[in-house]
Amino acid sequence: MNRDSNAYTFIFAIVMVLIVASALAFTAVSLKPMQDDNIRKEKMQNILFTIGLDSVEVNGAKEPLTRDLAQENYSKYVKEQISLKADGTVDASVDAFKLDLTSEIKKPVDEQRFPLFIAEKDGAKFYIIPLRGAGLWDAIWGYISLDDDLNTIKGVVFDHKGETPGLGAEITQTWFQQRFHDKAINDEDGNFVGITVMKGGSQGNDNAVDAISGATITSRGVENMIKERLDHYLAYFKKEKSEMALNN
Amino acid sequence: MENKENKNSKKAPVVLFVAKEKEPLFSKQNRKLLSDPLDDDNPITVQVLGICSALAITVQLEPAVVMAMAVMAVVTFSNLIVSLLRNLIPNRIRIIVQLVIVAALVILVDQVLKAFAYDVSKQLSVFVGLIITNCIVMGRLEAFALGNGPWKSVLDGIGNSVGYAVILIIVAFFRELLGSGKLFGIEVLGHKGVTMAESTRLYALGYENNGLMLLSPMALILVGIIIWAQRARNRKLIEN
Repeated sequence: MNRDSNAYTFIFAIVMVLIVASALAFTAVSLKPMQDDNIRKEKMQNILFTIGLDSVEVNGAKEPLTRDLAQENYSKYVKEQISLKADGTVDASVDAFKLDLTSEIKKPVDEQRFPLFIAEKDGAKFYIIPLRGAGLWDAIWGYISLDDDLNTIKGVVFDHKGETPGLGAEITQTWFQQRFHDKAINDEDGNFVGITVMKGGSQGNDNAVDAISGATITSRGVENMIKERLDHYLAYFKKEKSEMALNN
Repeated sequence: MENKENKNSKKAPVVLFVAKEKEPLFSKQNRKLLSDPLDDDNPITVQVLGICSALAITVQLEPAVVMAMAVMAVVTFSNLIVSLLRNLIPNRIRIIVQLVIVAALVILVDQVLKAFAYDVSKQLSVFVGLIITNCIVMGRLEAFALGNGPWKSVLDGIGNSVGYAVILIIVAFFRELLGSGKLFGIEVLGHKGVTMAESTRLYALGYENNGLMLLSPMALILVGIIIWAQRARNRKLIEN
């Protein structure tokens, strides 16, 4: 057959597209369970990281918390997973772990459900809130854990889709995340202010951390993400606090 | 009679095997396919292809190395596939066909990484997708694989991706070292504390990182310096 004829060109294109499409579809579908499994385990790992659990004991030896170990130990630490409505009441019909913030965040605030994980470690109680926002190029997300005073940050984990390596992508590094430890989300008068990510000079300021040099927009994205997400939990925090006060 | 002879001569016998002397796998010519792209015909510094990724992912060494390996896999396999299909591909849509093959390979690599090497896939994030637009891949398919056999095309693919990798790693080495004082994430120049007193080694003497190194334009300048050094050394590259 003539390689330059229209018929040959069409047939070749159709056959090629069919073969390539079915091969890709087949791999995508057959690998999907493994990919989802990785994502699920990573979420558990991240939640456990925020409460300061980066290694667990396996047969008497300390092992770093891998994704598989995170899955095994998850239920030991995370005691409650609840989804909240915007007014701070609990919606028992929604599984908080399966809530997808990507789609949730696009809904009007009243229809959104806000996942909250409550974990316990060495007798201390942690409130873990998933975060999601925008960096410079694409989405950034993470988890933040608060002490049971619902003010002090005990740990954060950040991740990103496509920030610049060496600059914005550094938000995934522990040295940046450690800057948030023991910072407070409320100012001295108890009003919610979030965490300001500022260009130097955050020493002694409980509501601020130093930004990453060269990554101003990603740093600002982190700041906005924390403010925007935590804001929705304030109603619930208020209720929790008054309940705690009653119990004492 | 004459007519018949003509007919016969028109019908050339179908040649399945050419009985010429078999070329050894690593003949001098084939070795040249591997070694030429390292210097004389380097894809980045001589052909000036693949500059975009050389700018984007050379801030640190580790992603640069992983990217180089991913490009190597894609260039080698797409060269092989296109070379095998080179007598079937219709000339008029050959670029589209090459693009489909490259894109399919990249998606395949991405999916497999996500399932079996999740950490590596996170490290590369968007750059895996960017391999599709790496000019080296299309350039080699168009310039080499369409006209040469599979074995030669594989060698050409490996040679060119190693040439690409070498430049990528040199640039990343200087950018990470001078920009953040690290190599592969290890602080080789000492630790930079918030104050001078907390700093160690070089930083205690007042050394500062060069923040400019972290920005893309510096990669271009570094590539320029490499081209300069290479041309000063290699007489073959000097233009009249």
